[in-house]
Amino acid sequence: MSSTEKLTEHYTGPDSKGHFGPYGGIFVGETLITAVEELAAVYNKLSRDPAFWQEYEYELKHYVGRPSPLYFAERLTQACGGARIYLKREDLNHTGAHKVNNTIGQALLAKYMGKTRIIAETGAGQHGVASATVAARLGLECYVYMGAEDIKRQAPNVYRMKLLGAHVVAVESGSRTLKDAMNEALRDWATNVDNTYYIIGTVAGPHPYPQLVRDFQCVIGREVKAQALEEFGKLPDALVACVGGGSNAIGLFHPFIDDREVAMYGVEAGGHGLETGEHAAPLSAGKPGVLHGNRTYLMTDEGGQIQDTHSVSAGLDYPGVGPEHAWLKDLGRVHYVAATDEETLQAFHQLTRMEGIIPALESSHAVAYATRLASTMKPEQNLVVNLSGRGDKDIETVARIEGISL
Amino acid sequence: MSRLQELANKARGDGRKLLIPYLVAGDPNLASSAQLMDELVAQGADIIELGIPFSDPASDGPVIQLGVERALAKKVTLANTLQLVRQFRARNQETAIVLMGYLNPIEIMGYEVFADAAQDAGVDGVLVVDMPPTESAGLHEALRKRDIDTIYLVAPTTGEARARDIIQHCSGYLYYVSLKGVTGAALTDHDSVAASISRLRAYTDLPIVIGFGIKDGPSAAAMAALSDGVIIGSALVNEIGKLADTEQQDAASLSQCCAVIGSARKAIDNLK
Ligand SMILES: Cc1ncc(COP(=O)(O)O)c(C=O)c1O
Repeated sequence: MSSTEKLTEHYTGPDSKGHFGPYGGIFVGETLITAVEELAAVYNKLSRDPAFWQEYEYELKHYVGRPSPLYFAERLTQACGGARIYLKREDLNHTGAHKVNNTIGQALLAKYMGKTRIIAETGAGQHGVASATVAARLGLECYVYMGAEDIKRQAPNVYRMKLLGAHVVAVESGSRTLKDAMNEALRDWATNVDNTYYIIGTVAGPHPYPQLVRDFQCVIGREVKAQALEEFGKLPDALVACVGGGSNAIGLFHPFIDDREVAMYGVEAGGHGLETGEHAAPLSAGKPGVLHGNRTYLMTDEGGQIQDTHSVSAGLDYPGVGPEHAWLKDLGRVHYVAATDEETLQAFHQLTRMEGIIPALESSHAVAYATRLASTMKPEQNLVVNLSGRGDKDIETVARIEGISL
Repeated sequence: MSRLQELANKARGDGRKLLIPYLVAGDPNLASSAQLMDELVAQGADIIELGIPFSDPASDGPVIQLGVERALAKKVTLANTLQLVRQFRARNQETAIVLMGYLNPIEIMGYEVFADAAQDAGVDGVLVVDMPPTESAGLHEALRKRDIDTIYLVAPTTGEARARDIIQHCSGYLYYVSLKGVTGAALTDHDSVAASISRLRAYTDLPIVIGFGIKDGPSAAAMAALSDGVIIGSALVNEIGKLADTEQQDAASLSQCCAVIGSARKAIDNLK
């Protein structure tokens, strides 16, 4: 079946083995197979139980503060001179990013499975903070694996995790960033599989993670759908989100996949520029391979080694991407593009000065592309950008780049 | 019948336990790996598991991670690993070689290209750590068509139905992982290993070998007593880490480095 034929059908996926077309699946060592299969079975059961979703939604409302607003960025819109730009304010969630939508859901799974110990990997520290937060609330022991490089550039989040009672473990192997943190978390899980729940922070990893993380993040897109109808009486013309592993993007996109009139753009980290090779844009410039439990687009050399990535934002500095994005790329349903570090920093400042909102550097990638796109669209069109997180954690990084010491 | 199957049958007939050292191809450099392989044979190895270097060895502990990093510092690839086997085969037709690694380098090379190259080099078996049987169809077929054995792991967490399914896919030998964890962890619970092996024994005639946590003569003997053989990885790679990074290792260093294999050989032969 060709991709275009596939698109005429109602979009579904993954299949029962976790495949999105040729992507996804379960590629982990034998010790972990039973654990991921057990998780898949538990999730399969709970996700059909309305009581589970009621509990989840109660948490989102009372603990996270949802729904998050859909905000019309008037001055930014004027400056771009095109489509009306709306921001989905995930930065206003408790803990400051979309990550908590997922950790709340997975913490409930951990509770139902009777696990007493939580582990997580983190890049920017946002997922680590969101995991440490739910662990504190449920009284669970929490270990967060974080690359030694990232610990240096995200010091405030490291301290937040420690305040929340989590153990932050510095990962010194490989490139000492997010991918190595994930390797170390997988090693921990294999060792402590009986009592430990692994909260993966994005739509990657072995099945069922790409599916369940997506399901927990889809609250973003469902809210946007309702808010758009209320605000401008129709669906948005375009959606824009940054893509690291791809969880905030799939959360926004997924509820709109069957609405073919809505154009969707995933913005990868262009780093110093795709042509330099120093970036973190596997969909724009990589090829399919297997890493961290699934088949997907990767940054890999011709010998199959995973390449070092570069991005100004730690949260996008990852050589892979969720398998569903790989499939949506091949299907042609989502356009994947990149924003460079430089464009991103400009957007960071622009949004801060024009709207009084300091965005995370990850989200600034989406803002950068959205401003470019908006200016090519008509004034009566509407564009929604996922503002996945707030930028307080990044002000040291930005200051350093600009030669300012705080 | 494959070289691996012949060798395992003969060992069973002779009451000899299989001794299987693991080393990383190109650690500390390719020339040393070739010398180490010959020395391992001299000290009693029946089969050599040759690790394909990969940037993200998520099932390995710190010792093997360091071995992999040493090989990657020399830019050793899957193609180099196959070349190492080809050269070994020109010197040695008896010792079986099993490639062990992660899927991505093989995936990027392409299954058919890899299987051709492996057959051509004289590889006897392939074990891909992060490729369970459910995901292995394409590669599995490509290898079996060329009479290369496909080896899979069974872990303490593997349930009975799943173990039976894995056995259906497995040839050459079945690799029993002795503990929950990564390579290099300490093996403590001998009783549960014994119980698991006797359960597996009921489902299969395949040779069952035990790996993870075997580090010296006594632990090798204890595990060999329960099974058809043992794999020694981290304990050897740790010694390899002490070698000088030179193209020509002297005989004394090689022999000392591989002494753990020699003492395991003695210990398991004494079981008879
Ligand atoms: C604010 C923010 N946005 C986006 C991301 C990227 O993750 P994902 O692509 O899974 O949304 C991160 C990751 O740390 C983040 O902190």
